[in-house]
Amino acid sequence: MAIAVDSPRKRRLRRPRWIKEPFNREARAGYLFILPWVVGFLVFTLGAMVYSLVISFTNYDLSTDTATPVGFSNYELLFKDPKVMTSLGNTLYYAVLSVPLEICFALLLAYLLHRIPERGAGVFRIIYYLPKMTPSVAAASIFLLLLNGNSGAINGFLGIFGIDGPQWLIDPDWMKPSIIIIGLWSVSGTMLILLAALKNVPQDLYEAASLDGAGAIRQFFSVTLPMISNALFFCTIVLTIAALQVFDQAFLLFYRDTTSAAPDAALFVGVYLFQQAFQQFNMGFAAAIAWLLFVIILLITVFQVRFGNKFVYYEGGR
Amino acid sequence: MASVLKSQPQAAAESDPRDKSAATPTQRFPWYKPRSIIGRVVLWALLLGFSVLFLYPFAWLLAATFKPRQDVFDNRLIPETWVFTNYVEVWDQLPLLAWISNSLIIALLAAGLVTFSSSLVAFGFAYFRFPFRNLLFGLVLGTMMLPGAVTMIPVYLIWKELGFLGTTVPLWGANLFGSAFYIFLQRQFFLGLPRDIFEAARIDGCSYFGLFRRIAMPLSIPSFIIVFIFEFQASWNNLQAPLIYLNFGSPDQYTVPLGISYAMSLFSPTSGGEADYQYVMTAALLVTLPMLILFAFGQRYFIEGLAGQGRKG
Repeated sequence: MAIAVDSPRKRRLRRPRWIKEPFNREARAGYLFILPWVVGFLVFTLGAMVYSLVISFTNYDLSTDTATPVGFSNYELLFKDPKVMTSLGNTLYYAVLSVPLEICFALLLAYLLHRIPERGAGVFRIIYYLPKMTPSVAAASIFLLLLNGNSGAINGFLGIFGIDGPQWLIDPDWMKPSIIIIGLWSVSGTMLILLAALKNVPQDLYEAASLDGAGAIRQFFSVTLPMISNALFFCTIVLTIAALQVFDQAFLLFYRDTTSAAPDAALFVGVYLFQQAFQQFNMGFAAAIAWLLFVIILLITVFQVRFGNKFVYYEGGR
Repeated sequence: MASVLKSQPQAAAESDPRDKSAATPTQRFPWYKPRSIIGRVVLWALLLGFSVLFLYPFAWLLAATFKPRQDVFDNRLIPETWVFTNYVEVWDQLPLLAWISNSLIIALLAAGLVTFSSSLVAFGFAYFRFPFRNLLFGLVLGTMMLPGAVTMIPVYLIWKELGFLGTTVPLWGANLFGSAFYIFLQRQFFLGLPRDIFEAARIDGCSYFGLFRRIAMPLSIPSFIIVFIFEFQASWNNLQAPLIYLNFGSPDQYTVPLGISYAMSLFSPTSGGEADYQYVMTAALLVTLPMLILFAFGQRYFIEGLAGQGRKG
């Protein structure tokens, strides 16, 4: 105990020396420890971003590794190529639909798990987490058959209720919902984050609320939601960034083959970017698409942070 | 990190008999336990219903691996005719063994390297005091939000310049330099260690690297495991990077995700296959198994790792 009390004083004594002599032995050792990250940042993040910006103003020839400057023509092409706008629309549609659905579903699951004794919750938690452990290719290959419009199990199930299920993987209107369904199946990562947040809500708040006559529903909206708003906010931002880059499932289900004749209804920016860069080898144009996507993600994230801060409750003020 | 585990005995104690206190204002059971029978029936029905929903695709997959080709689509969970040869034939039909060993080597390298490099960097940020430390750590957090799509093309060209195309290096090489999320996670853990033990070791003549190797590392094995299994899973499941870097070689060089994707096309009737989906299903099951085993052994770490994520917001 006595040692713990000592340490702040030690720190205060040390400070002046650190300021007077900024690059002392300790500082040099510190820089040495973080050196791997600094190198990685300079090459694979900062360097890569600058490189990407340069490439976006050129036509890059992969076979000779020569870049011919073309000015803004790649960026002009963004507006001329109808597929760019189509893919952007698809991506936004997917993000707007999938993020709230995933948050709500994850919250519902976390809430159910929170309401039962820990021992039972452990079993359900394992079951609910299994889809998250399934590689996306395995999930895609299962759902490729489950979602089959003629003989798939999902339409078979809908058939029990007399519903004539859609051609999930062929009908352009149902291609995006198919991908959302697979996303919802593996929502358990978000569920675990929210479950941890639910467990951190102090019990006495509920007791106080119920003494004041608040019912279960009122308690949920007035105590639970504000207390986990921080985690909800975090999940929303992370899921949105992921949704705007969605690639795996759309690629596996629809655009796996270069000869694929699937309609553009599930052509997301991430997929189109990949096709342009690594199937058509239009590196310059693909870099321009990447920057467009980056700016959109940045704008949406900044907006969410600005907007979200009004609603997030921070314990002990900000 | 420990709070998740700590709350367990408490929750268990609160699920004791609850009838006595129902009338008194001081509730002895948690508020959320539904009091009515109907509430409890609905709760358990929902829990079981969702379990069926989550498990059904697995059951379907398992059943499909025991079916002959024409029965794959019959949606029976118990095959009408049992076929056990799928598990034998799939190894001949697809270079599954090569895919699994490729993936295993890459995943072990990727996870091992990122665990070591990230904790080194994290220790630098957690223990040492140096100018611009907070600014630099802010940059680390900033890169966590950076979409990978932006750097995908230049990173490919960098590996091309360095002459590593056609090898597996691009699939784990960048892990030598640490990864923002893991640096954040490890730093949180190191900050929880009392500083005085490091000061004491310094006085005893321990080197700076010794502080990391002899004190920080042994004390934070759990967080090392968390980082390792998260990255192992991420690497095992990664589809996009192998598509970019390995797609031009022979199928023997593929990783598991790329291989399954290749098999989906190979057997697909639209590209000239014979719809041998029983092989795709068997392969899919076989490559999912290692992940399920990983989860069985590391469940606690997955849950702790994710719980830690929510708290950083």
